[in-house]
Parts: sequence; C-alpha cells; structure tokens
Amino acid sequence: MGEIAAGGGGGHKKGGKVRSKKMSTRIDMTPMVDLAFLLLTFFVLTTTMNKPKTMEIRIPEKDDNSEPIDINERRVVTLLLGDNDKIYWYPGINPATLQEANYSKSGIRKILQENETKINALFGNKEQSMFVFIKPLDESNYKNVVDILDEMKVVDITKYALMEATGQDKSIIQQYASSMGAPNTP
Amino acid sequence: MGKVKPHRSSPTIDMTPMVDLAFLLVTFFMLTAKFRPEEPVQVTTPKSNSQIIIPENDVLTLTLSKEGAVYIDVSGKSARKQLITNMGEKYGISFTEEEKEKFAGGSSIAIPMGNMKQFLALDLKAQKAVKQPGIPKDTAQNELVDWIKQARLSNTRLRVAIKGDENTKFPEVNKVLKTLQETNVTVFNLLTSPENDK
Repeated sequence: MGEIAAGGGGGHKKGGKVRSKKMSTRIDMTPMVDLAFLLLTFFVLTTTMNKPKTMEIRIPEKDDNSEPIDINERRVVTLLLGDNDKIYWYPGINPATLQEANYSKSGIRKILQENETKINALFGNKEQSMFVFIKPLDESNYKNVVDILDEMKVVDITKYALMEATGQDKSIIQQYASSMGAPNTP
Repeated sequence: MGKVKPHRSSPTIDMTPMVDLAFLLVTFFMLTAKFRPEEPVQVTTPKSNSQIIIPENDVLTLTLSKEGAVYIDVSGKSARKQLITNMGEKYGISFTEEEKEKFAGGSSIAIPMGNMKQFLALDLKAQKAVKQPGIPKDTAQNELVDWIKQARLSNTRLRVAIKGDENTKFPEVNKVLKTLQETNVTVFNLLTSPENDK
C-alpha cells in the first residue's frame, strides 16, 4: 500500500525508490489513562466512603441478681434527655438544682468535665469517679442517646448507666418547664 | 575531548506500565466493590466520634426507621437461608425452596411472619412497592425475639448492630434494647456515621 501511495503521489524530488515511511508504533495512550484513572478514582472513593462506624455498648443481663451497688450521691450526676435536643441535668439526687444544657462542646461536655474534676477533688481516687445516670425521656430521639454516649467517650467517663426515666423524672421536667416557661409566654 | 552531544530524548513517555498499574487497580476495586442490595428504608444514622469499623460478615443489622419500624438483615446468603428455614419451623410455615432463595437474595425485611409467604410470592418490583410494617416488637406480640434467637442459633458468631435513624423516638429504641436484653444479647453495636465537621 505504501508503494502504491508513493507511486500515485509522484511528487518526490528524487524520483527513485521511496522508502516506506516508518510509522511509529506508539499510540497516544493519554485518553485511555484518563479513563483508567477516572474509574480508579470512582472505585476508590465508593469503596472507602460508605463504611459505617460503630459504637459498642454493653447492657446488663436481664436476670442480673447481683447486689445493687451503693453509690455515694455526691458522685452522681443525672442527665435527663428531653425534646428539642435539650438536656436537663442535676448533680446528686436532688432535682431542685435542675439545669438545662445542650449537646454542644461548651454545653454538656463542659458541665461533665467540671463535675468530674469536682468529684475527683472530693474523693481523690479513681475507684470513686463520677457516675452518670442517663435517662432519656420519651420525647428524646435516638440521636440524643448516641450523642450522649459519644460524649461519655469523649470526656472519658467509664461509669455511666442508661436507664429508663421514671414518672418522677417526668414530673420534675414538667415542673421545670412550667416554672421556666411562665415568664417567656407572652 | 570532543564535545558530547546532549542526548535528545523523545518528549513522549512510555505510559504502558502506568496504564498496566491503573487497570490492575481498577480491576481490583471493581471486583472487591460490593454493591449492596437496595435498602427498603432510608435511614440517616447519627454522627459520632467513634472510629471502630463494623466487620462485614456475621452481622445482624436491625434497622430502625424514623417511624419505629424494625427491619432485620443478616449478612451472608447461606445464613439468611438458614434463618428463614428456622423461622418457618418455629412458626409452622413451610417455605418452598424458591421462597427461601428469594429471601436469601433480598435485603432488610420488615414483614410479620404471618404475611411472609405472601410477600415472598411477589416479584422484586412488587416487593419494593410494599410498605413494610416492621417486625412486631411489642410485648404482646414480639417476633423480633424469635428472629434474633434463630439468627443466633444459625450463626453463633453473629454480632448485633443497630442502625437507627436520628429521629427515632427513644421509646421505640428502648423496645429494641429491651428485646435484645431478653435474648441475652448484652453487647452490641450502634452504627453511626463519622463526624466530619469537627
């Protein structure tokens, strides 16, 4: 074919035998590489992105006949998880000192840290560190529970218990809400 | 000495090794990528700072939708087949081989046992259209207990993971926790998505 093309052309100065042009064996691979890397990026991103993380929790056994442990009330902090991402908390077992907090860094985390240092100063040993009761109210949602458990991990509180809110807790919140809500209502 | 001519190298690089490598990696990722079957319910998991990654195998996932419906999912086709066989025996329903295969190939399911046969008779498209009511988990009628028990019987290394929606109300979550306690599953995982904004 090269020869025919050369003969047809005829415009060569030498007129003699035309050497067939040596075609380069290289192909431009750029588009192929582009495609390959595009696919590569796609698969890399899709495989690693949707790995869910997990939080391991442990609940007591149902027929737990072990003796209930006595805890000094000064070591206890009770958190009540309410609606609209609110936390109500009080130190000890006296709900009269109920206060409101939120899930932010400067909210509950600070409170927990402050209480922890206070309790550590009071008792001064690791065995008797702060004990947190977490009582989610019916209005709270799953996110609140996970958030507060996460907070336990962040603040490094090892002693906490997730328990059901009692009727007493609910009335405390109601009382608090009505006492706080009164001045705000127009 | 004579002048050394600088060696003129061609401006094109041989890209073959790079392409080889790229395609090798593409093939690897394509083969390892697992396209999970479409979930019947969309769930937004809450965020946490936790870094533990859930293993892919031997997991029993309880998906908890916003409305509080529980969907159950067991990883592994053979485990799923075993599970539906066991559940059938427990509830006195005999499933055909075809129905078992269908269950094994599916994803999360939230159909009470009474309607299971009916549901498995549908084709995939019709199944997707069905609004699944959730596995009964109330104290009066608690099928979830049996599901968990049977799943654990068919695979002793099973881990339980709860995948709840952010906005699921706590009483619904509590019902699941109570059920787990009843079946003596005292260690389990809460699936969360990584926190990116902090």
